[in-house]
Amino acid sequence: MSPTVTTSSEVNGNVSAATARAAAKAAASADATGPQAITMAKALNTAMADAMHADSSVLVFGEDVGMLGGVFRITDGLTKTFGESRCFDTPLAESGIVGMAVGMAMNGMRPVIEMQFDAFAYPAFEQIVSHVAKMHNRTKGAVKLPIVIRVPYAGGIGGVEHHCDSSESYYAHTAGLKVFTPATVADGYRMLREAIDSDDPVMFMEPKKLYWSKDLVDLEGLRAEHADNTVRGTSSEGRAAIARPGTDATLIAYGPSVPTALAAAAAAAEEGRSLEVIDVRSIVPFDDETVCASVRKTGRAVVIAEAHGFASVSSEIVARVQERCFHYLAAPIRRVTGFDVPYPAPKLEHYYLPGVDRILDAVDDLQWED
Amino acid sequence: MTISADHTALGQDSPEQPAETHVTEDAAAEAVRKFGITVEDYMLPARHQIQMVDQDGTLNPHTEQGAQPGHEYALPGDAELMAAYEQLVVGRRVNDQNSALVRQGRMAVYPSSHGQEACQVAAALCLADDDWIFPTYRDSVAVMARGVDPVQTMTLFRGDWHSGYDPLKHKVGIQCTPLTTQLLHAVGVAHAAKLRGEDTVVLAMCGDGATSEGDFHEALNFAAVFHLPVIFFVQNNQYAISVPLAHQSVAPSLAHKAVGYGMAGERVDGNDVVALLAVLGRAVKLAREGSGPLLVEAHTYRMQAHTNADDATRYRQDSEVAQWVAKDPLKRMQTYLTDRGLLDDDGAARIAEKAEAVATQLREGLGEDVPVDPQDLFRYVFSTPTPQLKEQSAMLANEISRDEAAK
Repeated sequence: MSPTVTTSSEVNGNVSAATARAAAKAAASADATGPQAITMAKALNTAMADAMHADSSVLVFGEDVGMLGGVFRITDGLTKTFGESRCFDTPLAESGIVGMAVGMAMNGMRPVIEMQFDAFAYPAFEQIVSHVAKMHNRTKGAVKLPIVIRVPYAGGIGGVEHHCDSSESYYAHTAGLKVFTPATVADGYRMLREAIDSDDPVMFMEPKKLYWSKDLVDLEGLRAEHADNTVRGTSSEGRAAIARPGTDATLIAYGPSVPTALAAAAAAAEEGRSLEVIDVRSIVPFDDETVCASVRKTGRAVVIAEAHGFASVSSEIVARVQERCFHYLAAPIRRVTGFDVPYPAPKLEHYYLPGVDRILDAVDDLQWED
Repeated sequence: MTISADHTALGQDSPEQPAETHVTEDAAAEAVRKFGITVEDYMLPARHQIQMVDQDGTLNPHTEQGAQPGHEYALPGDAELMAAYEQLVVGRRVNDQNSALVRQGRMAVYPSSHGQEACQVAAALCLADDDWIFPTYRDSVAVMARGVDPVQTMTLFRGDWHSGYDPLKHKVGIQCTPLTTQLLHAVGVAHAAKLRGEDTVVLAMCGDGATSEGDFHEALNFAAVFHLPVIFFVQNNQYAISVPLAHQSVAPSLAHKAVGYGMAGERVDGNDVVALLAVLGRAVKLAREGSGPLLVEAHTYRMQAHTNADDATRYRQDSEVAQWVAKDPLKRMQTYLTDRGLLDDDGAARIAEKAEAVATQLREGLGEDVPVDPQDLFRYVFSTPTPQLKEQSAMLANEISRDEAAK
């Protein structure tokens, strides 16, 4: 039997990426055929392929997802493996892609569709907000829309304008949409499988700068975990993960900001400060329990997100934590977010993006002298 | 010019079904071969709108019914015509009853299809049981004609929920208020059916103003590229609330838009149920046989205001409305069927009785106050409520119980 990185806490969703990586490394040294260094792109691709093998109603379509395999190659090989009726290119029209997915889902399919870039999803906004999000509610559950809308999002790749938006707040603000965003390779596989399994529509926000990040991951272990969860009716959906345990303050991050937060925590450790990093994973539903347990333990928190801070997911997190943890807080919760400016041109983006120094500055401001 | 591979759907063939591309090509080319005309003549609408029975109730000479090659239509059978007439009478009664219920405060709003009943009835009757229809907010009569319970149909307008029927059970999409978004849902339903090898036809409805929307374009193009059996049925009732068609489009006709997508278009007298049954009936047959999508534009008129909240006298003349009174779809059908000896006083009385029964059902169903459950707010947002929704649901329950205790 191949070694597995799955632990009982992972099955329950309390996934510690650091712990998982450590376990994976240990397992790799024990058995070279187990965990392997793979990219998030590969994990996402494998998740789709496995879901398509398991269920013939799972279809993949979008722009350039067919023979090309997507501009980021996330759908690479799916057309070849499953044929053009299962993975195919559509005309270049995002509203059309989402609207057609609604009809397909009404008629028994489970579409997994790709919006090529964050800002290119905006033509589909009406379909997403007025139909994808609301159909289940307005039909009192008679019509379920098991649609996954994959959105490569956020910046840090030197992209030109309209290629780097953090658009998660628009979707999180819309009742009826689940919003997931993986930060680790294992979660790329795990969360995409769970999104495809979901009977409700999921906005699957893929941090494009992490597509080529590699982790040691045991795909067989993840498959076994998924199979086990399916049998037991459990999943990691809606659960945040402790990406790095700590005691002095909590860094709350998601998607592309998780590695930045982990780097900040590593730097802080050298200065003798123990920071806990929470990977939110699922923006909707939000895991108040895990996030608030951490803040109650540490008494201090910084929320980190690439999106503009104003009226955003980060604002919501601060509000929720403040409402629930006020008497545990030693200092006001700080935020490190993108500035309230349009996403900048490539040569300016490093000023905009939350970085390690800005996070450590915010941590320094958490009234330690008191 | 003949249809080339460029005009047909790109292959959706899987490795197991390598022949599918060729099947699609043949089907499209066959549509042209069948009529012995060029692809342009096949796709462009006939030079005049198709009319079979004129506004006085007289059957047009056969040569004027639609005589161009590729645009020839057969007169529907007597039983079909009688069924349609019955639905016309019921539909008119439903429209007038619902408008009255709005005036009495029993319904929040009702967008009446008074004057457009022929379109409503033909759209519903041209389909087979397993076919789908995607209606707009003005298409309640079509929804009922597909077999949905009248009171359930009116749930949206009564205001106790956004929809009252199960779209999957009836194969009737939810009545759509955003314009033309439902056309893409129709495309998706047809696409899924095609991938499974089912011969489902989907009819998608919209109005003249809606053809300006981006989703109209995307839906027609998707349906054409994927070669799907979708009938796009545009009820051109001349106004988008207050704005006349001339401000929406300067195309020769809305049906002419079809050729730009590589599909066939046709114009039909939208107040002539005989012509509508003939044109839509043939469109459904062609689509089921693999012609790909078709666009049918029906010329009709919204006899009443957009809704009870609208004042049509601000943007159109009484004289214009009067011209359309003379083209009423019921009156001409009654004359035609009576002259043919298909409709007599007894038959008319029997149909009127049926219509009155539906009106009674609406009055009684909408007259009673159905209690709303505030917990329904949270029950259907997701398949399983999130922890946040459970909290909010408990909060509302607590608020209500405190209010009740205070009474």
